[in-house]
Amino acid sequence: MLDSKIPQGPIESKWTNYKSSVPLVNPANKRSLEILVVGSGLAGASAAASLAELGYKVKVFCFQDSPRRAHSIAAQGGINAAKNYQNDGDSVYRLFYDTIKGGDYRSREANVHRLAEVSGNIIDQSVASGVPFAREYGGLLSNRSFGGTQVQRTFYAAGQTGQQLLLGAYSGLQRQVGLGNVQLLARHEMLDVVNIDGKCRGIIARDLVSGKLERHFGHAVLLCTGGYGNVFFLSTNAMGSNVTAAWKAHKKGAFFANPCYTQIHPTCIPVSGDHQSKLTLMSESLRNDGRIWVPKSKENAEAIRNGKLNPNDLKEEDRDYYLERRYPAFGNLVPRDVASRAAKERCDAGYGVNKTGEAVYLDFAFNMKYKYGKQEATKKNITNPTEEQLTALGQDVIKEKYGNLFDMYKQITGVDPYKNPMMIYPAVHYTMGGLWVDYNLMTTIPGLYALGEANFSDHGANRLGASALMQGLADGYFVIPYTIGAHLANEISVKPISTDHEAFVTAEKEVSERLAKLLAIKGTKPVDYFHRRIGKIIWDKCGMARNVEGLTWAIAEIQKIREEFWSDVRVTGDANEFNPELEKAGRVADFIELGELMCKDALERNESCGGHFREEFQTEEGEALRDDENFKNVAAWQYNNIGDWTKHQEDLVYENIKIAQRSYK
Amino acid sequence: MSGNMNINLKVWRQKNEKSQGKLVDYKVEGVSPDMSFLEMFDVLNDKLIRDGKDEPIAFDHDCREGICGMCSMYINGRPHGPNQGVTTCQLHMRSFKDGDTIVVEPWRAAAFPVVKDLAVNRSAFDRIISAGGFISVNTGNAQDANSLPIPKDNADEAFAAAACIGCGACVAACKNSSAMLFVSAKVSQLALLPQGNPERNSRVLDMVAQMDAEGFGACTNTGACSAECPKEISLTNIARLNREYFGAQLSSNRT
Ligand SMILES: Cc1cc2nc3c(=O)[nH]c(=O)nc-3n(C[C@H](O)[C@H](O)[C@H](O)COP(=O)(O)OP(=O)(O)OC[C@H]3O[C@@H](n4cnc5c(N)ncnc54)[C@H](O)[C@@H]3O)c2cc1C
Ligand code: SF4
Ligand code: FES
Repeated sequence: MLDSKIPQGPIESKWTNYKSSVPLVNPANKRSLEILVVGSGLAGASAAASLAELGYKVKVFCFQDSPRRAHSIAAQGGINAAKNYQNDGDSVYRLFYDTIKGGDYRSREANVHRLAEVSGNIIDQSVASGVPFAREYGGLLSNRSFGGTQVQRTFYAAGQTGQQLLLGAYSGLQRQVGLGNVQLLARHEMLDVVNIDGKCRGIIARDLVSGKLERHFGHAVLLCTGGYGNVFFLSTNAMGSNVTAAWKAHKKGAFFANPCYTQIHPTCIPVSGDHQSKLTLMSESLRNDGRIWVPKSKENAEAIRNGKLNPNDLKEEDRDYYLERRYPAFGNLVPRDVASRAAKERCDAGYGVNKTGEAVYLDFAFNMKYKYGKQEATKKNITNPTEEQLTALGQDVIKEKYGNLFDMYKQITGVDPYKNPMMIYPAVHYTMGGLWVDYNLMTTIPGLYALGEANFSDHGANRLGASALMQGLADGYFVIPYTIGAHLANEISVKPISTDHEAFVTAEKEVSERLAKLLAIKGTKPVDYFHRRIGKIIWDKCGMARNVEGLTWAIAEIQKIREEFWSDVRVTGDANEFNPELEKAGRVADFIELGELMCKDALERNESCGGHFREEFQTEEGEALRDDENFKNVAAWQYNNIGDWTKHQEDLVYENIKIAQRSYK
Repeated sequence: MSGNMNINLKVWRQKNEKSQGKLVDYKVEGVSPDMSFLEMFDVLNDKLIRDGKDEPIAFDHDCREGICGMCSMYINGRPHGPNQGVTTCQLHMRSFKDGDTIVVEPWRAAAFPVVKDLAVNRSAFDRIISAGGFISVNTGNAQDANSLPIPKDNADEAFAAAACIGCGACVAACKNSSAMLFVSAKVSQLALLPQGNPERNSRVLDMVAQMDAEGFGACTNTGACSAECPKEISLTNIARLNREYFGAQLSSNRT
């Protein structure tokens, strides 16, 4: 049933050969083909600009007031590419290999290889569009390391890489808007897809300012709507990030793949109180120079928690650099899932260092002094520098590398990270699961595509750092412009379908009834109350560690919350006005349904892999224990009814990589 | 774990673009110094919804990390509030005292009409970018990224200008509602990079023309924009824009 449409031939030439054989649409026909792009993040903006350049008629939707504000803007650390500019042995194969291994052997070889192949072009394209990446004194591009790799292949722009890449893609998009090739519909939210005769033919969107519902026709629809991490309520995602677009598509026939694969990022600022509305990431790049530790003894941990001991005063031999201890080969740069679980393990065992006991240290003092301080001293010919001199010299280097992150940390916590080690704890950050797509990035609904974080495609059970930006731009700049031809070449004779068609009318009516229903409940509790509750359940039972008992309980509990939500939520205001509460209500209603599917997926995947850690399946050392015999596959869920799904499987075939237990020791 | 500060707010309420607005008084109790300014609004909105007497206050926000540029509150007469180099979402209540009265209004500028309460329409900025804030390079046309070395200082300076988040605080801070700082940041970024060179002249002329057409005021060099800019975009960008503009006028046959 699931046809991944992977081209034949050896892996190195699949994409090249496919590109030269995929059907083309001639320029004159392109002008009469309309494409709706929902989302203006890296995936959406790059796709929309590239397709408009090719001559298609494009409309772009986003819920923010400007496409430049899509959540991609917040990405900090960097973007990977197999350029091998550092001459350190990088190659397309190595990036491919690292990504598959990092994903714990749960992603599709052909897609990942293609991603690695186009990664270099992304850097070229971005630089040509004016993205000011960090450079060395010789004027060439600078690189740094990220977790799960042993080469330096990450390109960056201080701690604002996502911002700079998105502004690059956005400027290309705005250029097409100016040329009249793209129609921009900001402050619009897609609330349903419209299928006609088994194909996706458009969407229903709400103008968020006037509240009016609109019908839009398209020969193809691209969902570039990001990930669903906000199902956890507290996450590093932007407040508006949501699953609604993907979920509506799912309910209209698009399969949802691996919903339980979520990424918990190890280095985020810990929760400070009940008022907390979101969590803030401290980029993984900090693990290049920050060393992670907790005290070796519980007494010291407790003294630190009670404010009786200053961590700076704790002697070297009394500290437990637990990542360096457990994983000597990768040290502080183990992949995210491994680092997160290790932090949880130490905190659960009683070594946490903040009031709540849920924090570990990320400490720069050592490298500030001895790595950079010494380097600078040598450069400046300072012989026998004092310890203070070394720290001061090193601090300047750290400031240049991570200044904005250090400022952000201070802003939020009120503590100066140049003088005290940072405190960090894992938080939800990214979702590897998403709409199932084939090699062309098409979902199970013909004509409906999913790009970027919204699809499930490239990261398996765990994403490596700096690979989401790469995937979003690969999908938008270099994959979809080709693969969409496979579908559109057959559509050239299809005249635009009138939005008076009954499928549009019915879909609009359903959306409008649902909004009316939300407003009519007039219960007692705000939307956020339900969002916090569902979030806490998912975090506790379907977060860093999962087990049968917890998941079974969570499913029952979520069903109860769903009932309660639909009988007791209070949504203020009207449907025909700017109404952020109504927007939130619709999104939370979808998160509740998704939450149930996540738990179901986690419950049925009887193994541990990547970000999915089932306590029943672990090695003696507490590492994830995969079951390749039974679960070397993608779980793709088909929606039947509320709380009722059918599971389909796509078997994963590894012909170019020998699959092994992941080891970072 | 909530705190014990009490804050008095005077908040601008306006139903939509066409209606009249006014300041309304609210009291928020149990504010913690660790809360962000927007989290205090969450607490207030939660209460307004539960009490059911008044609608929650609409305001723009998304990333809450100081990078998307969506949040936009005019706090006690200053865009993004009292602290230097900080957006509204990164402002924390530890910057205020128990019992303080805080006045919160939307950005005020003819080119930024109010959508509702504290949310405004900044699409004029997108149109300015569409007029010229880009490099015309179609996907697939790029050469190898390292074939064009760029001196580190230029790259760093371009980056500093490119750090603008498009929030519009500069416009809100300016008595003339000028958008010069925003426009100059983009013009500078692309003028500092060799890739931006071919379109250098048309870019600055077209962006400035669009800025004027949108109804932003003239720049009289008061410097309020840069002083209030959360990303501390430098005034030297405005000087560079002026040089670019005059240079472009001289070398182009447009007037
Ligand atoms: C704090 C943080 C730091 C990160 N740092 C890195 C990093 O250093 N490197 C890296 O590779 N990755 C990083 N990531 C991950 C990466 O940023 C994201 O995975 C990626 O940007 C997603 O891009 P996207 O285009 O798929 O979606 P997004 O950028 O999330 O865009 C979604 C778009 O869809 C629109 N949208 C959503 N729903 C609707 C709807 N119903 N109707 C209309 N429009 C809708 C939104 O308006 C938006 O325009 C980071 C993530 C976070 C949270
Ligand atoms: S220049 Fe500063 S104040 Fe103006 S839009 Fe950019 S970041 Fe905001
Ligand atoms: S909410 Fe994004 S900058 Fe404030």
